[in-house]
Amino acid sequence: MNPTNIISEFKEKASLVSAVIHEADTIEDAFSIALSLCKKNFIIASPQLDNSALPLLEKLCIENGITLLKDNLRKYTNGIDMGITFADFGIAETGTIVVNSDSEDKRLSTMISEIHVALLYKSNIKATAFDMADELSALTSRASSYTAFITGPSRTADIERVLAIGVHGPLALHVIIIAA
Amino acid sequence: MEKLETIKDYKNRIDNALENQFLRSAMDKFAVAYRESRKNAFAGIDTDALIAEVAEIKRNAIKNNDKLFEEFKSVAQKNGVHIHLAATAKEANEIIAKIAKDTASQKIIKSKSMTAEEIHLNKWLENEGLEVTETDLGEWIVQLRHEGPSHMVMPAIHLSRFQVAELFSGVTGKEQDAEIERLVKVARKELREKFVKADMGITGANFVIADTGTIGLVSNEGNARLVTTLPKVHVVLAGIDKLVPTIKDALTIAKVLPRNATGQKLTSYVTWITGPSEYLGDNNQNLDSSAKYPSNFTKSDSKNAAISLNSESGSNKREMHIVLLDNGRLKIASDPDFAQILQCVRCGACANVCPVYRMVGGHTLGYIYIGAIGLITTYFFHGAENAKNLVQNCTNCGACKAVCAAGIDLPRLIKEVHTKIQDEHGHPLKSLMLGRVLKDRKMFHALLRIASVAQKPFITTQNTSDKDSSLKRVCAEESFYLRHLPLIFFKEHNFRTLPAITKVPFRDRWKSEKWQSENFGSSKINTKQDKKLNSKQIRIGIFSGCVQDFVYPEQLEAGIKVINKINLDNPDIDIKLEFPMGQSCCGLPALMMGEKDAAADVAVQNVNAFNEYELDYIVTLCASCASHLKHAVPKLVKSNKADEFAQKVIPFSQFINRMLIQQPDIIDKKIDKKIELKFNNKANINKKVTWHSPCHLCRGLGIKDDPKQLIKATGNTFIPAKEEETCCGFGGSFSANFPAISREILTRKLDDVENTGADLLVTECPGCVMQLRGGALNQNRKFKVVHLAELLADI
Ligand code: SF4
Ligand code: SF4
Repeated sequence: MNPTNIISEFKEKASLVSAVIHEADTIEDAFSIALSLCKKNFIIASPQLDNSALPLLEKLCIENGITLLKDNLRKYTNGIDMGITFADFGIAETGTIVVNSDSEDKRLSTMISEIHVALLYKSNIKATAFDMADELSALTSRASSYTAFITGPSRTADIERVLAIGVHGPLALHVIIIAA
Repeated sequence: MEKLETIKDYKNRIDNALENQFLRSAMDKFAVAYRESRKNAFAGIDTDALIAEVAEIKRNAIKNNDKLFEEFKSVAQKNGVHIHLAATAKEANEIIAKIAKDTASQKIIKSKSMTAEEIHLNKWLENEGLEVTETDLGEWIVQLRHEGPSHMVMPAIHLSRFQVAELFSGVTGKEQDAEIERLVKVARKELREKFVKADMGITGANFVIADTGTIGLVSNEGNARLVTTLPKVHVVLAGIDKLVPTIKDALTIAKVLPRNATGQKLTSYVTWITGPSEYLGDNNQNLDSSAKYPSNFTKSDSKNAAISLNSESGSNKREMHIVLLDNGRLKIASDPDFAQILQCVRCGACANVCPVYRMVGGHTLGYIYIGAIGLITTYFFHGAENAKNLVQNCTNCGACKAVCAAGIDLPRLIKEVHTKIQDEHGHPLKSLMLGRVLKDRKMFHALLRIASVAQKPFITTQNTSDKDSSLKRVCAEESFYLRHLPLIFFKEHNFRTLPAITKVPFRDRWKSEKWQSENFGSSKINTKQDKKLNSKQIRIGIFSGCVQDFVYPEQLEAGIKVINKINLDNPDIDIKLEFPMGQSCCGLPALMMGEKDAAADVAVQNVNAFNEYELDYIVTLCASCASHLKHAVPKLVKSNKADEFAQKVIPFSQFINRMLIQQPDIIDKKIDKKIELKFNNKANINKKVTWHSPCHLCRGLGIKDDPKQLIKATGNTFIPAKEEETCCGFGGSFSANFPAISREILTRKLDDVENTGADLLVTECPGCVMQLRGGALNQNRKFKVVHLAELLADI
């Protein structure tokens, strides 16, 4: 499959499982998109951002009057409005994002937030899970590794087989594909 | 100790399940919807190849289990995991209870694990005074109702939203609407509190990966992720059969598992955990006040004592234990035949497609493990006593095998377990008698002849107003009593009108000169007058099976008429027919009743009987006989002779279709001229015809198109039925053993046929004809039921 097809397949498959796809040119743009999804007084968690990304998000949050948490998420297990994390890979075949979250805070931000926003570099989208098997094997062979395949928001069909979105995890999943 | 269930108790439970209207309609909708969503999920994938790959991975993993275990153990221990190997369910329970004690864990949360169900873990922990909460929505619902799951993937599929609303009203002390979205939110809120307060989380594992020491968890709701993140202690319980070498192997299995389970390409979450992950809660845990906390959160009292090794040493890792469960698995792994049941990936598909499951649901078709795999594993994990009734509740339709994610030969193994249980705990009289009688062909046939006379006063001939010669013949003389074997030993099966035993069995007709000249015109069988000098001879042995020999000889006559007509119409071939008199019942009825010895015995008799003749093909008009002779006989007899015999077996439709439509080099005899069957009597043309595919034809032998091509060739209008491959509910002794289920499966089937608007339902198995025609007559359906040979012979 050529790269353009991989991206369009990713978008299609992710949308089929109720993920919302956005595209951005830069990280900054991506953060702006994320912020545009926020309501007033939202609490955002974005642990584990690096020194180049963090100031960008902090600035936007201050401008918009939004609280940004970077750690200690355990205090907020009853719910955070939005979690913003980077995803390591995308899998086109199933519309999946792969998030390595060894850090408990990063993990929690993908679990207890009502909206999970994942930032994904276009170049990290693979056709199938098998195309990243070696990387995955390397990721998971480190002690205390915790890596998740996330395909759409949390869901259940346990009552009368009727699909309901948002059980124990996020009620919505947004994936922002970053070009650069 | 729990009281053991008798077969009568079991049948009462079945009757109750059949009366549960919600269950019936939920199961029905699910069966139909599942078929479609599975198909979509596998679109563009070579499903058979993928399943073969999964089977191979698991087969090797089971063979190398000890090596994988050692590898996993050493990596995982290096990563700081405590590894336990539990030989029995009891040991596993004790280990987990001890972990709870040692870590001063009081409140336990779980994500769904069939292995935990297998060992009755919740009950054990609760008896130890611990609080256990299931967090998977369906599992929580059934836990609150104090019952077990009714499906391995959808535990609460038997319940309606109203039942759930009532349950949740009780739990929350507040009236809850029966609105699914809202009910899900109630669970989210209630369970979030449990997550936060929990001391210990227990999960299963879908994969235990040896080379990296990783476990893989497949889930949709996200509960498994919280269970493995919030509490300080994480305990994994997994069967040793979950070990695979690498994450690549796990990815291959993950490709088939959700597709097969729920028709999803992938579940919302697949989580890979290698060793204890970061834990930032302190020992008094995470209960500081926060703006978003509900006010009723309090510190858990037990926490003060909960200081574990890791925290003492200042580590910020949780404590992780992995309990690998044997519970008989190693013994199964060393059994050459049953080892394959460990290939199971617990997708639940074998229940999804099972016609019996569809009627009665998982509480009736399973003990802990549900569906076809449950019928087998119950014996191994929960003993013969819990398996002995269950294992009989199978029509042998093969639908489970056709979808099994791990390529397990489920229907055959179900029968093997049945035999095992009878060998160990005694054979019921009925089945013993059947076995004895079948072994002695002469006695068996003598009995049938006596029965044909004895039944006379009971025969009630059905009137048929249909003036069509073809239909008059086939629908006449159905009686309310059937005295043919094996049903001769059963009484409760008059939910359909059953045929009488014929006055003159086929074998007697075959021998009679009069019959021969009537059926073959001036030429006697095997003496073709006008054959060309260089015509190719095709030697066919007819295998009748007992139902056609003694109940429906007219089906054989019709088939022979068709073959004979082809012979006469085509001077380039010379068909020679034989009917070996030493042939007996195919043996399937014996196998169905767990009489494997008897089945082996008659298999030898049949192989020997046909071995006396030089034959190219052994044609049978009974799909069940065909499938049994082809697949089971070589396994029962284990000789070259038996293999050759099996190779020659071919069902009627495939044989005729190959000659007429596919025009192949039939049996390596290159025939240049086109072989034809000239349909001259147009009596049946312009009928609307639909097809019921016998289980043993479409799945047993993989023959799906031949009969339909033939039906179309007759010039009738073919209208496919939506569920043409769904079992009719006959299953030989099944229909007599579980008449209530058989009747319900049959009714569904007849509804499906009626929906096509067809005048004629055609099939290719005398058992199916017996069931379907009897049902159609009994329920006054608008269509007639005929054997394919009868359709072809009349045209
Ligand atoms: S063979 Fe048919 S009836 Fe028996 S378990 Fe499998 S699907 Fe169910
Ligand atoms: S036996 Fe096969 S179909 Fe049934 S649960 Fe196991 S893998 Fe799935």
